[in-house]
Amino acid sequence: MPAGRIVVEERQLTSSAPHRVDLKTKLLTVFVVSTNVLGNFAMSWGLKHQAVDLGLSPLPYIRLIFTPWVMLGTTLLILWLLSRMTLLGWADLSYVLPVTSIAYVFSAVLGKVFFGEQVTWQRWLGTVFIVVGIIFVGLTAANTTKQEPAQ
Amino acid sequence: MKWLMVALIVGSTVLADLLQSFEMKRHVVSVEDLRPGRLPGMLHRLAHRGPLVLAVFFMAISFFAFMKLLSVADLSFAVPVTAASVALETVLARLVLREKVTALRWAGALAVACGVALLAM
Repeated sequence: MPAGRIVVEERQLTSSAPHRVDLKTKLLTVFVVSTNVLGNFAMSWGLKHQAVDLGLSPLPYIRLIFTPWVMLGTTLLILWLLSRMTLLGWADLSYVLPVTSIAYVFSAVLGKVFFGEQVTWQRWLGTVFIVVGIIFVGLTAANTTKQEPAQ
Repeated sequence: MKWLMVALIVGSTVLADLLQSFEMKRHVVSVEDLRPGRLPGMLHRLAHRGPLVLAVFFMAISFFAFMKLLSVADLSFAVPVTAASVALETVLARLVLREKVTALRWAGALAVACGVALLAM
């Protein structure tokens, strides 16, 4: 291989390096998805097992928050909120949104397994679309507004 | 009631996400800030940033509307249908936040939006 070509290829690799999704962004994405799925599941479990009529008054909501499953769900969703805020500082909104959408797929699976909710073929097809979309977005640069987090 | 809650969730989620993304890009949180010893300080700083406080307000609206939605609809309906915001937010990320949304990312966002629509059927 000619030396000039090697130099060109090295430059291309170097210039594409900032666009790679680094390990900490990937790990934080996994944490964001996990807390979201488990938080929604705990909330749903808690709400399904409470015979409370939720109207417009805030009191039943506040009372519900202090039941064990809803409290666990709320805690996980607070962790989700904080970790997602951090992730939004590291990556584009238009990247974070589709990539974390895998949570919808896991929620549908949990709904079927634990609540016996009906998952039709349309929903499974929707799952395939979401996964394909995530793969597409995952191939793009995570942060295009160029503000790297301080190390 | 079900669709009113969906509209409330989507609207408040879009506003909350735009505000969060805008503000978190201005003051990026480092890996060191995520250590347990530094978390209280980080939370204190976050709590004093106006756009983030406003974002949390919109998220609270979204949260309570989501609780109401969960009490009247299946989890496998409630979670995916609220993701209608994905397409809307991608457009706004391009227009408002000036993110470079490539053809591949548009295709991905569109696929996710279609997937969400199918999940909600």
